[in-house]
Amino acid sequence: MMALPYITEHTGFTGTVYATEPTMQIGRLLMEELVNFIERVPKAQSASLWKNKDIQRLLPSPLKDAVEVSTWRRCYTMQEVNSALSKIQLVGYSQKIELFGAVQVTPLSSGYALGSSNWIIQSHYEKVSYVSGSSLLTTHPQPMDQASLKNSDVLVLTGLTQIPTANPDGMVGEFCSNLALTVRNGGNVLVPCYPSGVIYDLLECLYQYIDSAGLSNIPFYFISPVANSSLEFSQIFAEWLCHNKQSKVYLPEPPFPHAELIQTNKLKHYPSIHGDFSNDFRQPCVVFTGHPSLRFGDVVHFMELWGKSSLNTVIFTEPDFSYLEALAPYQPLAMKCIYCPIDTRLNFIQVSKLLKEVQPLHVVCPEQYTQPPPAQSHRMDLMIDCQPPAMSYRRAEVLALPFKRRYEKIEIMPELADSLVPMEIKPGISLATVSAVLHTKDNKHVLQPPPRPTQPPSSKKRKRVSEDVPDCKVLKPLLSGSIPVEQFVQTLEKHGFSDIKVEDTAKGHIVLLQEAETLIQIEEDSTHIICDNDETLRVRLRDLVLRFLQKF
Amino acid sequence: MDPECSKLLPALCAVLADPRQLVADDTCLEKLLDWFKTVMETESSLHLLQDHPCLMELLSHVLKTQDVSPRVLSFVLRLVGIFAAQEDCFQYLQQGELLLGLFGETGALSWTAWNMPSVRSGWIQGLCSLAHHPSALHFLADSGAVDTIFALQGDPSLFVASAASQLLVHILALAMQGGASGSPISEAAAWPICAQKIVNHVEESLHSKATPQVTQALNVLTTTFGRCHSPWTGVLWGRLSPPVACLFERDPIPAVHSLMDLLLSVARSHVLNFAACGLWEMLAQTLSRLSPTQAGPLALGTLKLQHCPQELRTQAFGVLLQPLACILKATTQAPGPPGLLDGTAGSSLTVDALLSSKSACVGLLCQTLAHLEELQMLPQCPCPWPQVPLLGATVTILRLCDGSVDPSSSMGGRLCGTLGGCVRVQRAALDFLGTLSQGTSPLELVLEVFAVLLKTLESPESSPTVLKKAFQATLRWLQNSHKTPNCSDLSPDALLFLGELFPILQKRLCSPCWEVRDSALEFLTHLIRHWGGQADFREALHSSEVPTLARQLLQDPESYVRASAVGTAGQLSSRGLQATSASPENPLAQQGLLMDLMHILSTDSEGFPRRAVLRVFTEWLRDGHADVIRDTEWFVATVLQAVSRDLDWEVRMQGLELAQVFLIQAMGQPSLHCPYTVGLPEATSPRPHPEFLQTLCRLPLFEFAFCALLDCDRPVAQKACDLLLFLRDKTTHCSGPQEAGDSPNSASVEAVLQRWREGEQGQPLGDLEPEAMLAILRSLDLEGLQGKLAKSSDHVEKSPQSLLQDMLATVGILEENEADCY
Repeated sequence: MMALPYITEHTGFTGTVYATEPTMQIGRLLMEELVNFIERVPKAQSASLWKNKDIQRLLPSPLKDAVEVSTWRRCYTMQEVNSALSKIQLVGYSQKIELFGAVQVTPLSSGYALGSSNWIIQSHYEKVSYVSGSSLLTTHPQPMDQASLKNSDVLVLTGLTQIPTANPDGMVGEFCSNLALTVRNGGNVLVPCYPSGVIYDLLECLYQYIDSAGLSNIPFYFISPVANSSLEFSQIFAEWLCHNKQSKVYLPEPPFPHAELIQTNKLKHYPSIHGDFSNDFRQPCVVFTGHPSLRFGDVVHFMELWGKSSLNTVIFTEPDFSYLEALAPYQPLAMKCIYCPIDTRLNFIQVSKLLKEVQPLHVVCPEQYTQPPPAQSHRMDLMIDCQPPAMSYRRAEVLALPFKRRYEKIEIMPELADSLVPMEIKPGISLATVSAVLHTKDNKHVLQPPPRPTQPPSSKKRKRVSEDVPDCKVLKPLLSGSIPVEQFVQTLEKHGFSDIKVEDTAKGHIVLLQEAETLIQIEEDSTHIICDNDETLRVRLRDLVLRFLQKF
Repeated sequence: MDPECSKLLPALCAVLADPRQLVADDTCLEKLLDWFKTVMETESSLHLLQDHPCLMELLSHVLKTQDVSPRVLSFVLRLVGIFAAQEDCFQYLQQGELLLGLFGETGALSWTAWNMPSVRSGWIQGLCSLAHHPSALHFLADSGAVDTIFALQGDPSLFVASAASQLLVHILALAMQGGASGSPISEAAAWPICAQKIVNHVEESLHSKATPQVTQALNVLTTTFGRCHSPWTGVLWGRLSPPVACLFERDPIPAVHSLMDLLLSVARSHVLNFAACGLWEMLAQTLSRLSPTQAGPLALGTLKLQHCPQELRTQAFGVLLQPLACILKATTQAPGPPGLLDGTAGSSLTVDALLSSKSACVGLLCQTLAHLEELQMLPQCPCPWPQVPLLGATVTILRLCDGSVDPSSSMGGRLCGTLGGCVRVQRAALDFLGTLSQGTSPLELVLEVFAVLLKTLESPESSPTVLKKAFQATLRWLQNSHKTPNCSDLSPDALLFLGELFPILQKRLCSPCWEVRDSALEFLTHLIRHWGGQADFREALHSSEVPTLARQLLQDPESYVRASAVGTAGQLSSRGLQATSASPENPLAQQGLLMDLMHILSTDSEGFPRRAVLRVFTEWLRDGHADVIRDTEWFVATVLQAVSRDLDWEVRMQGLELAQVFLIQAMGQPSLHCPYTVGLPEATSPRPHPEFLQTLCRLPLFEFAFCALLDCDRPVAQKACDLLLFLRDKTTHCSGPQEAGDSPNSASVEAVLQRWREGEQGQPLGDLEPEAMLAILRSLDLEGLQGKLAKSSDHVEKSPQSLLQDMLATVGILEENEADCY
């Protein structure tokens, strides 16, 4: 989502973007915060010479190891954000969206965040599921819709947890313990985070925990340009929430307990550290603020403010950044650093359960998921294990999905259907021949009645029109059935043929009419009459053959 | 039988014989049977029947009509069995054809109520009681009962089936006992017919293709060898061991668990010559044939045997070690030091079991670890005990669970995936690790143990139960690591370990999970109790925030945690280690701990923290804690005041305990009624100073004890009684001129006590003189009260007379209801 403006505004994109409402609103907040953070500290100049490869390799690590620096872009502007968002068409879960008649796409709840979706892309006979960041844990969003993913030909699996060894429950426990420990010792806690997502769950955990941990008097500050909108938005997206939270709305109560924290003044939110916050600021306290990379945003001030005291603690909960790299510019640092990444997305155990449940014919996933992480090469459990083995892809690789399109659905116009006379050739199987015009538009195929036989041209104009109409030949009937050789020979004899000889071949029989120097080759799906330029004889024999076959 | 019961018996028999009278409560009939059994122990059943014709009438009535409820039928069958256990009574009953009528083929078997499991069970139990003399054996043989018992072995009711098997064993033993009265019978062919019949049946069943029948036969044999230790059992085994051995040749082996039970039961028997009867070979064969999971319990059972060839012990121990050997092999990179087992026999089976599925792997490892843990604590523990490889394997298992092993083989990789985060295995491994602390281990392994314990305690992934086990194991390793004689000090390595442990403990004390906070506090309390006096430990503890955090948990919302925090704070304070810094947020912390605990005692809504406070206070009083001895009288008075109002009986009990400690400190130990001390001069028990008695009145300890004496909870009253007896003993020489009842003061006390007895306990005794108290003390029949309290609360209701009355009364009530309906 954060890259959307780069796609829609810089690539000549002219299409439509489909997204759920919370995705768009929260995406807007996240981008707004980013733009705000960046624009707060405008740069008079931007250096670009270092991107020269010869210079780059002389730079210290990690700069010299950065890849494709030439493609790095400046941050987009709010105008570009708005323009990108204007291309979004909002959709709801389970809504079916037709794309050019070729496929139908449907978003399903993925259980990871408010409005987060997995997608089903299906035609009449094929179904591809695209599973991105999903969660089976009971957190705030609607639970993941697994049932709709069943019967997929292909399941594309992406967005698994970045920290497969860290169990979110354990990490939340760790987060709470370290927070309480620091505050009880008189220190402050800094939580670098995004303004939406896990923070809602963290606030909920703290809501339950602060009283029991004796932290009722400790202020919690949430500082972000979009803090207020984020907290309020979360409360109004009732239909996107899990069942428990939805039912609260009917009481009516706010679905998230952070409303109560705000009411009781335990949680205060500010757009930035300037203004009201500097008046209210009281220590020891807990501060939630961005950006989790520690490179910009209000978090930088707190790192500078609290970094020198070992009483304070910074707790990393976002898994997107290496905390060691994030901290590198602040070293030496006296404050304690705790890394408890909370990533609720699917881990490999959950994936294997999901695949057992959903049973797709094929699984397609990034190459990284098909082998254990390089740092833990022995952990055979940290990879996707499924049968048949998952098909993997690399970045920018174009993949042919492992299925063939065998059928297309074609509609028959009612008047044409009305004219058909099916004939039962086997019990339960009826056939009818159709003469029609196949009309294809927007990937939809319709059989229409053939045009009426051409009227004799009455004028030049009419004639020209009739030229467009396809030439309809008189159709020969289709034949079915098989020819019983003995009876056929008897019939031939009855009709005056003598000296008939029958030879068995691998595929059928050859009936030799030696006298007439004629040969009838009878095979399972063809019959050939070979006679020497005697058309009358051929027609006679043909009619005898046709007697044994059904026509329709 | 006492005359009162004799009088009630006819009415009761009439009730039982009347089908309209429902005996609603089965337990009454059970109690009635128990009572008859007790009566039969001292009286002749024949006389009883003759003296009480109503009993015979009841039996005859049932025999004739069977129109009573199934439970009464069952009761009657069992009752007759009890009567017929005495041979003369048996003859008497048999003359009246009663026995055959009830137990014969035309008896209970032909009744419609035979469909009820309770009746079949009554039939079996009746026979079981009856089969106590040779006449009974003849009866069983003639009546065809044995065949019925064979059939009942496969009864759909498990109780009936099991009782039938037991009865068979009982009859077999009786037959052989009778038969063996002369010389021991070595030839099975010469056995009594009844015994032969049973043995033949068992033998046939062993040959059967149906597993249930084989199981029945094996169960009968297992019970026989477990119960009978006469020489004939050797002959029995000699005859039946070949069909048993044949069972091992079948594929799959039927009734594996019953087979193993049988082998172990036979092996535990003292009469068999095992070498001659081939039992050891059979055990050895079985151990090698069974799957690792099946063989585990058999191996443990074998190792527990007193007399067992060393070779077999080695094999059995090998079975138990095999899974751990596989673990070591799968995770060790170099061949390294010699492992658990040199041979690889059977290892492929174990590897298969470990890799087949997660549940199989977890099950096998948990079972193995539990078996080895049990074995290490037994006197039969194999020697030499492979301490080093076992410790290595256990540490490896824990590392596989936390994902920190870098396995060298693909099997190791698979194990890593299977065991990652497996709580069951972690718990079992930590338990065994704790037990292994008893052995001597090389330093580098001890350090590895400390490292893996630290990792487990630190890991956010560790579940509360795993943490609890890890704390327990840590404590054991700290206690046992590098023990030097006459020195309980911590080793330098242990101190280094503690340095790393305390920060983790700090975090655990702040855990959002109350179970974790609780186990961390318990662990801390143990640590302080053991090493609170050691300077290095004190320094390490003081340099951490642990004492402060522990103190803060006195206000935890969870009562269990508060209780543990009370214990920890008490222990810290006893050792002079209490937290010094008081946080401004916590007003309580600014006062002394004593006041905090007093506050909890008087205000906490849950019983656990209050009980914990009293335990701490009692310990403080006993040990002369500075805060207590500063003003002991005030301390005891305040505590007693709070406790006397407490609703929790355990708190009141603890209060009495504290009072007792206080009294003992002032008055000396209670005099011992020990025969060896008779000749010794009376210990210099100080006569209580009159002022002390004044103090007791003022506290008011007397009032508290008297009040507790009438406590509705019996243990409290008992304790109070003991306390008052102690007080009375110590004050015998303090008798004043006044006798009980002489002073108006003591009269008012008596009056108050009387009212208390009547349930009005609100009124205090008021200010009383010691003399009055002593007078009351002497006037009370404390010994009598002690005797009464020692009996269970229902001793009055338990008498047979009361039982009979109750049964009649219940029926009477039913009658009334019936009358009401009209």
